[in-house]
Amino acid sequence: MKRYLLYRLALLVPTLFGVLTLVFLFIHVTPGDPVDIMLGETASAADRQELRQILGLNKPLAEQYRSFLIKLSRADLGRSLYERRSVAAMVSERYPATLELALCAMGAALFISFPLAIWSAVRHGSWTDRATLMFSLLGLSMPNFWLGPLVMIIFAIQLGWLPVSGRDGPDHLVLPALTLGLGMTALLIRMLRANLLRVMSEDYVQTARAKGLSERSVWLKHTLRNALLSLMTVVSLQFGSLLAGSLITETIFSWPGIGRLTMQAIAMRDYPLVQGCVLAISLSYVFVNFFTDLIYRWVDPRITYGN
Amino acid sequence: MATRFWFYAGAALLLLLASAALFAPLLTPYDPLQQNLEQDLITHSRQHLLGTDKLGRDLLSRIIFGARISLLVGASTVGISLLIGVAVGSLSGYAGGIADLLFMRLIDILMAFPGILLAIAFSAILGPGLDHVILALALIGWTGYARLIRGEILSLRERDFVSAARALGCRPRRIIVLHLLPNLLPPLFIQATFGLAAAIVAEGSLSFLGLGVAPPTPSWGSMLNEGRQFLLVAPHLTAYPGIALMLTVLALNLIGDALQDRLESRTR
Repeated sequence: MKRYLLYRLALLVPTLFGVLTLVFLFIHVTPGDPVDIMLGETASAADRQELRQILGLNKPLAEQYRSFLIKLSRADLGRSLYERRSVAAMVSERYPATLELALCAMGAALFISFPLAIWSAVRHGSWTDRATLMFSLLGLSMPNFWLGPLVMIIFAIQLGWLPVSGRDGPDHLVLPALTLGLGMTALLIRMLRANLLRVMSEDYVQTARAKGLSERSVWLKHTLRNALLSLMTVVSLQFGSLLAGSLITETIFSWPGIGRLTMQAIAMRDYPLVQGCVLAISLSYVFVNFFTDLIYRWVDPRITYGN
Repeated sequence: MATRFWFYAGAALLLLLASAALFAPLLTPYDPLQQNLEQDLITHSRQHLLGTDKLGRDLLSRIIFGARISLLVGASTVGISLLIGVAVGSLSGYAGGIADLLFMRLIDILMAFPGILLAIAFSAILGPGLDHVILALALIGWTGYARLIRGEILSLRERDFVSAARALGCRPRRIIVLHLLPNLLPPLFIQATFGLAAAIVAEGSLSFLGLGVAPPTPSWGSMLNEGRQFLLVAPHLTAYPGIALMLTVLALNLIGDALQDRLESRTR
């Protein structure tokens, strides 16, 4: 396990370095002058010069990169151009809301998908199985930027059961979490069902049955446990995607998280803030993937990745 | 049997949508850009079957023309991604060594970002516009194809038919193009089908966020964004473009699923 951890860390370092470089280059690869894009072409020469100095664009690229990495090591992501506040502070203020939404979406996805997938696998080939599969296919085909307004019309506007938007209590979480979690629900249903069907046909399950174990024991101790193992990676990887998916869901439901902050920063062309938000989401994604690999290896030591 | 049914159902639906997109000028009752402020936000009428938007533009015409944008962006994105992915994946898988190492690190870095986040970031840099959307989506889309091709080539390059071709003096490019790539077509086609669905959804997401196709060009994503402002008075503006988008993605998922089932049952 120790060797594996070192191997994964060795892989993580260049990836992290690459992510940081790409985020740094974000402003520099802008076609044309980034200052023009941020301030507009009518801005005065003095304003341009001031912004160029704030962003450090008047220095050579290598020096800018060095300064970016040094500042980053002190958790300094610069200052927002419009709010005139620390980007790191703004990102950390909004991060808990996004995490809360992503965790609730994941909880909802697990809560809905597990019983449906198990039911579907147990009744393999029946109409309930086919209906569950169709539901999951529809779930995968329904983009969240349509589902969000749709559930808003039905449950908030027409029926008045739930609030339309904002973050003010648990009831505000329901619609955004369902919207964000539907894709994951659909994916989990398909994967868990397929895993269960595969495990059910394995020899050791037949042996367990032949030994006279109760159907309950066969399911809980042999089938479900093994089927869930390979699903763990998908759940963790999907969690990273939920953080990214929050960009759209938070915009629809005015959820005050990092996704909405990113979109507001893009709309205001506040590039230091965009850079900070992109960095926060992508680093979360990288670390979730990293820990998923470690946990997966810890749970199932048979797994190896290359040499 | 069921697999075949769903494949044909998906293919028929996709054919219908593609035909509508292709013959849009002949099928649409109105110019999708033609405004009529006296007839704004109509739910439905004999003249406007699916109603009108805030500027009195016919929604049905805009949805049909929107299919053009979605399919064009999807097909172009998949085409460019395939070109880059096949080139990089083949070189990486066949040549190995430093080229493989560098390309794989680059792919790892690009895949370390959630796809939609990177697409949003690229679009924010490039600005709105059809070509910019295609470029942003292709820049993130090629990595999946490259990984697939590399993996398949690694498993195929030591097979007897490749060794035989090499022994006969075939050059690497000829081996890749004539011997290896034809064997990769089935998994590549399946991935391209799902990739097309993903590109259409991503274009919709970008346009919904105001980073995709610029108005007044009819795009399903931007139509959904416009409809969001009129959820109370005109929910049809949200419902119909969304149904069109979902049916397109559903058709592609049905085709992709059926092809994957077929490939898996063949290799089993």
